[in-house]
Amino acid sequence: MHVLEMNHVEKSFNEQKVLRDISLSVKEGEILSVIGPSGSGKSTLLRCATMLEEMDRGELFYLGDKAVWNGSDGASVYAKKEKLKEIQKNYGLVFQNFHLFPHMTVLNNIIDAPIHVQKRSKEGAVQEAMELLQKMGLADKADAYPCQLSGGQCQRVAIARALALNPKILFFDEPTSALDPELTGEVLKVIKSLADLHIAMVIVTHEMAFARDISDRVIFMAEGVIVEEGTPEEVFASNNVRTQNFLGRYGEIL
Amino acid sequence: MAFTKILTQLAGGMWVSIQIFLVTLIFSLPLGLLVSFGRMSKNRVIEAVVKFYISVMRGTPLMLQLMVVYFGPYYLFGLKVSNGYRLWAAFIGFVINYAAYFAEIYRSGIQSMPAGQYEAAKLLGYSKNQTFFRIIFPQVVKRILPSVTNEVITLVKDTSLAFTISVLEMFAVAKALASSQTSLIPFVAAGLFYYVFNLVVALLMEYIEKRMNYYQ
Repeated sequence: MHVLEMNHVEKSFNEQKVLRDISLSVKEGEILSVIGPSGSGKSTLLRCATMLEEMDRGELFYLGDKAVWNGSDGASVYAKKEKLKEIQKNYGLVFQNFHLFPHMTVLNNIIDAPIHVQKRSKEGAVQEAMELLQKMGLADKADAYPCQLSGGQCQRVAIARALALNPKILFFDEPTSALDPELTGEVLKVIKSLADLHIAMVIVTHEMAFARDISDRVIFMAEGVIVEEGTPEEVFASNNVRTQNFLGRYGEIL
Repeated sequence: MAFTKILTQLAGGMWVSIQIFLVTLIFSLPLGLLVSFGRMSKNRVIEAVVKFYISVMRGTPLMLQLMVVYFGPYYLFGLKVSNGYRLWAAFIGFVINYAAYFAEIYRSGIQSMPAGQYEAAKLLGYSKNQTFFRIIFPQVVKRILPSVTNEVITLVKDTSLAFTISVLEMFAVAKALASSQTSLIPFVAAGLFYYVFNLVVALLMEYIEKRMNYYQ
C-alpha cells in the first residue's frame, strides 16, 4: 500500500497556476527526492501534501485513508476535522527555517508534543528523545535553547522533533537551504542515517549529489508539472532538454 | 503640621490607590486578552463591536469614563447607588479602560508572531488551544513586556483620577490636606509616593524582563 498518494493536484495563487495536475505516490520506506528550479511548485507541493495549504483540485490519501477528494463540482473536498487529525499523525515535516520553539529547551522541543499531543508518559518521551539526540550527535545539547545552537544543530533538533512522533512519512522542505556548506554536510549526513529507520521520506532539495545518492526515486519538476520521474540514474542521465537545462553542468561532472 | 503626621493621614489614601492599582491589573490583564480575541475574531459582528468599544475607551478621557460609570446608574436607569459604590465605580472604570489598552498590546504581540510557529505546531498535532497557550502566548508575553511596563507605570499615576468621583485615594486626600493646612507639603508627599511606587514597579518589571531573557 502507498503511504502517500496524490492524484491530479492543482493549486493556484491569485490566478497564477502553481501546480498543474500533479500525481505521485510513495511506498512505505521509499525515499523520493523532488528537484527543480525555484518557483517550480516543489514547496507548494509539500505544503499541499501536509495540508498547510489547501489544494484547489485533486485527491490526497495517506495509507489508503481519504484526506481530500474531488467533489461533484470538481473542487477539492476535505475530510472532517477529526478524520484529518487522525490522518495527520502519519506524517511530519522538516522546515527550511526549522521553526523550533525558541522558549523551550532542545529536550522540551522534542518531548512536548509526545507528552501533550500523544499523551505519552514523560519518562518514555524523555528516554526516546535522548536516544534521538544521541543519533543526531546532540546529546550534550538537551538543555540548551535553540538560540544557542548553530543552524545545522537547529535543523537536527527539528528532525528529532519530527521523528519523536513516529511518523510513517517525513517531508523535508529544502532542509539545508538556510545553511552554509559545512552545516549542510552534517544535516545531510543525519538524513542519510535515517534511511535504515524505514520511514518513507519526501525530500525537496537543491543538493543534487545528495538527491542522487540517497533516493530510490527522483522527480524533476518545472512550471508546476512533473517533467520527469525515475531512478536517480535515469533522471540524472536524462535526454530531456528541460531536465538537461536544469542539471546543466552538474550532468557533465557526473 | 509635622511631615510624619501628614504621612499618616495620607496612608489611608495610599492604600486606596494601591487597591485600585492591584484590582485594575488583576482583572484588566486577563480581560484584555479576551478583548484582543474579540478584536481578532473572524466573526465580523464581534470584531466590529469590540473595535467600537476599544475606540471609545481610547478616544475619551478616563476621567469622563469614571463619571459615566459612577453617575450612569442614577441618570440612565434611576438607580439609587450607595456611597460604597464610589470605589466599585473606580474599579469598573479602570478595568474596562485598561482592558482596552492591554487588548491592543496583546494583539500587537500575537500578530507579530511568525506563521512558522503556528505551522510547526499544526504539523506536530497541537490543538488550537494548545498551540496558543503552549507555543504562542509564552512568546507573546516576552514580546509585549516593555509595552505592558509603560502601561502599568501610567496606571500608577492614573489612579489619581479616581478623585473626580470623590474616591478618597492618595491624591484626593493630599488635595484636602493641602487646602486645610494651606501648605504644599501634602502635594510633595503625594509626588514622592507616586514616584517611589513607580520606582518599585519599574524595578519589578525590569526583573521580570531579565528573567525572560533566557532565550533569543
